[in-house]
Amino acid sequence: MKNNLTIKSGITCALILLFFCCPAVLNRYWVDVLNNVGLYALLGLSLNIILGDAGLFHMGHAAFYAIGAYTAAILNTQYHVPMLYLIPIGGIIAAVFGAIVARPIIHLRGDYLLVVTIGMVEIVRIALINNVFGLTGGANGIFGIDRMIIAGMKIRRPHHFFYFIYFFMIITVFVFSRLKQSRFGRALNYIREDETAAQGSGIHTAHYKLLAFILGAGWAGMTGVIYASKMTIISPESFSFWESVVVFMIVILGGSGSIPGVILGAFLIIGLPEIFRGFAEARMLVFGGAMMLLMIFRPQGIIKSVPQMYKIRNKS
Amino acid sequence: MEQFFLQLTNGLTIGSIYALIALGYTMVYGVLKLINFAHGDLFTTGAYLGFTVLASLALTDHLGQLAGIITLAVMVMIMVGMIGIVLERAAYKPLRQSPRLSAVVSALGASIFIQNAIMLIYGATFFFYPQDILPKFTIGIFGIEIPIMRCIVFMVSIALMTSLYIFIQKTTMGAAIRAAAIDQDAARLMGINVDRVISVVFFVGPALGGAAGLMVGMYYGHINFTMGWVYGLKAFTAAILGGIGNIPGAMLGGLLLGVIESLGAAYISFAWKDALAFCVLILILIFRPTGLLGERVAEKI
Repeated sequence: MKNNLTIKSGITCALILLFFCCPAVLNRYWVDVLNNVGLYALLGLSLNIILGDAGLFHMGHAAFYAIGAYTAAILNTQYHVPMLYLIPIGGIIAAVFGAIVARPIIHLRGDYLLVVTIGMVEIVRIALINNVFGLTGGANGIFGIDRMIIAGMKIRRPHHFFYFIYFFMIITVFVFSRLKQSRFGRALNYIREDETAAQGSGIHTAHYKLLAFILGAGWAGMTGVIYASKMTIISPESFSFWESVVVFMIVILGGSGSIPGVILGAFLIIGLPEIFRGFAEARMLVFGGAMMLLMIFRPQGIIKSVPQMYKIRNKS
Repeated sequence: MEQFFLQLTNGLTIGSIYALIALGYTMVYGVLKLINFAHGDLFTTGAYLGFTVLASLALTDHLGQLAGIITLAVMVMIMVGMIGIVLERAAYKPLRQSPRLSAVVSALGASIFIQNAIMLIYGATFFFYPQDILPKFTIGIFGIEIPIMRCIVFMVSIALMTSLYIFIQKTTMGAAIRAAAIDQDAARLMGINVDRVISVVFFVGPALGGAAGLMVGMYYGHINFTMGWVYGLKAFTAAILGGIGNIPGAMLGGLLLGVIESLGAAYISFAWKDALAFCVLILILIFRPTGLLGERVAEKI
């Protein structure tokens, strides 16, 4: 058993190392595709806390992403705050926003929550288009956002971003997988499986659900800052309802609640349409059909989330 | 005042179309607890099929205006209904025992599929309905000139909704649908063929959506392959607003959403019109968490 585990983690490490060598052989275009995959995987992982672990139907994740990106863009272009410091700031602002909007709607059940979150992302997008407070630049968005500078090196080319994004991903995976084992993660899973029973066992469900929203929103906000520095131009159309749907699909298709599943889901949803370019105009048709088939044959997602096993501690 | 009534009638017309589409969402949800995200694209399919039949068969030339349009509408409704049944068989039936969100993603896949199928068949440009088949004059009600099309769309929608209501309330099949919506297993034990009920629901809902698509095509004159997404989202919002799973709720929600939108666009701000509709939705759901007419039951997922 233990031996098996070592082999498995050895293979995983080897694959990760191999993956990190990718930019050496790929051209700029494909590295950029991988960067997009990485950003969506980060978004997927942050949504996974809310949707996969806590089981809350949330289809408005692009709103938090947008708040992070716009916070960074405004602070950077108006006050010239360096982008690197804006990563935590964008995250915190998005988390605060998440807390404010989630607080009154957290008690809604299932599909009602789904449509309210859809409404939220649409309201945010319309507010951005209408140049709210004169800060967001309307439909054209904000341009001229700085790149990040780490230890004197400017993160500028797709190859730089590749390492930056995937390094951030490793941190994310580490934090989230530790969190999954924690009291917080276990409480969320309990809420997902049976909310009434969780409440009965003394779990403050509203509190934990809100925490899940705050954490998910904050992480999406940080991803938004990275996105802003990668694109240097952001506009409301990048944060439409469709983006939320894409992230939602990544989580469900990959396997909700499973961290490797979500990352794989991002590769499929973002990567497949690129690979299907051979079908030219029909690529989205093939993609839609593939999604239906995948769900029919793997209804739990591609990588099923395995229930956590805990050893009973022997007290004697 | 005249402006107000004009906007009100406009809102009621567009609201009745939302209501027709919302009925499809709410019926499917009632029986399967599934949000059929492909419903908006079935609505688009209705608009395109109506265009094709109108252009290729020239029904109005052979049968006269009224009979021609009625035949057209019936044909479109039957065709879209059939597509609905096929969609259910292909994309949702295999997922009935799976987690609910898997079926939602399958529905999103179906939505992408249908939308792109329409784009590949017809092309990505706007299509324009022939304008000479429809009456153009306005009628005066209380001294306000209202285009006749607006009245027709509103009246046809109300007629379709009334017939649906009678169908659900008075016929045996309607009773079976109501029973299956309450408890599928119990309904099965009572000798109801639940698979047939689901097929009927997936025929009637898309048929109404198809009729709505045809009317949008005739009323606005132009159609596009992506239009189902916006209408579908609005109609879904309307269904939730009224309390999803509840048929009168969908009608009320649709009309209300249409009126809020057009009055908001006229009196508050045109640019914020969509946001306003969602703000009202969120406010209503905060105070009535299961929609306007939704039953307050403790849900156990």
